[in-house]
Amino acid sequence: MTSPLEQKKIRIAGPSVVTANRTWDGVVVYRTAQQGWSTVLSDAAIVSTSDDARALLAESVADDVGAVGAYIAPVELNGGVIKPGNLREHIRSKGVTIDLLPA
Amino acid sequence: MYAYDELDRTLINERVSEFRDQVKRRLSGELTEDEFKILRLQNGVYLQLHAYMFRVAIPYGTLSSKQLRRLAHIARRYDRGYGHFTTRQNIQFNWIKLAELPDALAELAEVGIHAMQTSGNNMRNVTSDQWAGVAPGEVEDPRIWSEILRQHTTLHPEFSFLPRKFKIAITASEHDRAAIKIHDIGLRLHKNADGETGFEVLVGGGLGRTPFIAKTIKPFVHGRDILSYVEAILRVYNQYGRRDNIYKARIKILVHELGIEKFAREVDEEWRQMGHSALTLDHSAIEEVRSRFSYPPYEKLPHMPDELKEAAHDPLFERWRKNSVAPHKVQGYSIVTLSLKPVGGPPGDASADQMDALADLADRYSFGEIRVGHEQNLALPHVAKRDLPQLWKALDRLGLATPNVNLVTDIIACPGLDYCSLANARSIPIAQELTRRFANHDTADMIGRLHINISGCINACGHHHVGHIGILGVEKNGEEFYQITIGGRADENAQMGVLIGPAVPYAEVADVIEDIVEAYLALRDRPEELFVDTVKRLGVEPFKERVYATR
Ligand code: HEM
Ligand code: SF4
Repeated sequence: MTSPLEQKKIRIAGPSVVTANRTWDGVVVYRTAQQGWSTVLSDAAIVSTSDDARALLAESVADDVGAVGAYIAPVELNGGVIKPGNLREHIRSKGVTIDLLPA
Repeated sequence: MYAYDELDRTLINERVSEFRDQVKRRLSGELTEDEFKILRLQNGVYLQLHAYMFRVAIPYGTLSSKQLRRLAHIARRYDRGYGHFTTRQNIQFNWIKLAELPDALAELAEVGIHAMQTSGNNMRNVTSDQWAGVAPGEVEDPRIWSEILRQHTTLHPEFSFLPRKFKIAITASEHDRAAIKIHDIGLRLHKNADGETGFEVLVGGGLGRTPFIAKTIKPFVHGRDILSYVEAILRVYNQYGRRDNIYKARIKILVHELGIEKFAREVDEEWRQMGHSALTLDHSAIEEVRSRFSYPPYEKLPHMPDELKEAAHDPLFERWRKNSVAPHKVQGYSIVTLSLKPVGGPPGDASADQMDALADLADRYSFGEIRVGHEQNLALPHVAKRDLPQLWKALDRLGLATPNVNLVTDIIACPGLDYCSLANARSIPIAQELTRRFANHDTADMIGRLHINISGCINACGHHHVGHIGILGVEKNGEEFYQITIGGRADENAQMGVLIGPAVPYAEVADVIEDIVEAYLALRDRPEELFVDTVKRLGVEPFKERVYATR
């Protein structure tokens, strides 16, 4: 997790979003371009420069009542479709990869 | 069972009101997350990948049926219908909502359950042998001492802001089922030459990034002095422990850096200065705690009832009995272990329906008592042998009679990347795949005792260092890889496993484990030689060769 104190070091390698957990229930959320939070990844504001990422994160971290633990996460863009950029984010977005109870 | 007194009940209830107020202030924005974090951690609340995670203490692994029913209710009402039993006699709920947590805590408080000191840099839940009070040959019930320590350390200011978390485990049997050698303090109850009861005190065990096996600093501390002696250890730790570097803050690092002899001298010096303090337990204080533990009104029963003789003709029953049923200190009774490791299931998970049904079975067959062990299994501690066949049928219907206790599919695994925000790699699907590979119980029986432990990162919540086979998730270029160690053990002969070679990718882990097991079957000198003993005799080389020759 990236602490706000380390914001200056932020460099992104490709399209990214800001994600966090909603404060009241912990649900995974994404920062939108309207300065709110959404549970749907396709609503997320996408940034592609480190400066934009830093600004989006700063704004998100400031909204500590809305969501906690905000950080920048990579995404993949495929013909306008937005997908999580790594396994961790895939799991956060789609849920656990396992059957919850034995088949 | 242990009966809480008024003081405990008041304390737990006050804690709930306090936390309710803190949550309210957090949700209104009065408290920032930074301010709130330490408060939630003191109440067992973590933030994980998908949600908040809520860790509830099960002191020394003893639960009443009423408490288990309440845990089932919490799982159903506030979570997604299941809970995860951990290696430290806790249960975790993975999907709890912060706004509802105070209500959940209040419902738990009604049955004397809480989440205090299940996280944060304080004295954690004091764990013990899950067979405490019923194991044959035990010196005495170690829970009496766990409870004395619990009372003394709960909300004790000196132990609430330690350099790092602090864990104590207690055993009173020859065979250590509490893994005391991998705890910050391990206590082994025994009697000295004069027949007095006291403790061998071990310090500085722990896994994680820098694993150490605990070392003995005093072979015998009289029972009445245990609080003052533990306090002396903690004072030395509080004084010298590194608060500047989280990776060096555990007592194991201090013990390692000072050396065990110097550390022991420091503790002795501190202890001597404390003199005969208020911490010396008088006989009546110990007896007061002892009297709060009640034991069931056992009947006088035959060693070999007819019901058991008859059921012995059923090979499925016999397989389960031989695997999961252990001798009890009272004739005619048994301790029954319930595997939470069904083939294809996530290790340690139990559904709300299973918990409810098990609570009913505990009422019918085990005087309303359930135990939780560090292997992520449950136990019914007082089952009359004549009831075993009936109980087995009922457990089998619930999916709680998998005859794999201590076998290759009885895997200890942490939540890993499916839940945990610190993970490098997944643990649970690896465990699930392995249980499918070794699903044939005849094969598993033939392999014999073999403990596999899986952790999704170096924090080692799955105790991989001390698994007979240990699997550790690491990340390489964004992919999941796993380091494999063999020859570790967590019992009275605890030692760390040895790495067999380069990490292997996710898709190959189960194949590699199969290779290791096949190599063992070919190499063991007789069927009784356990996997760990073969590794001890031959070293890791032959296993390494087998695994990497073709890769
Ligand atoms: C999913 C949430 C969890 C988180 C965030 C978490 C975090 C951690 C961390 C950071 C440590 C290392 C601390 C240190 O060395 O100072 C640790 C150690 C440990 N955890 Fe967890 N853990 C989690 C779940 C579990 C579970 C489910 C279990 C049991 C299956 C468990 C059992 C342990 C044990 C026994 C240790 C001690 C290892 C040692 O001696 O260093 N944890 N945990
Ligand atoms: S070992 Fe690592 S991945 Fe597993 S639960 Fe602990 S912190 Fe999480």
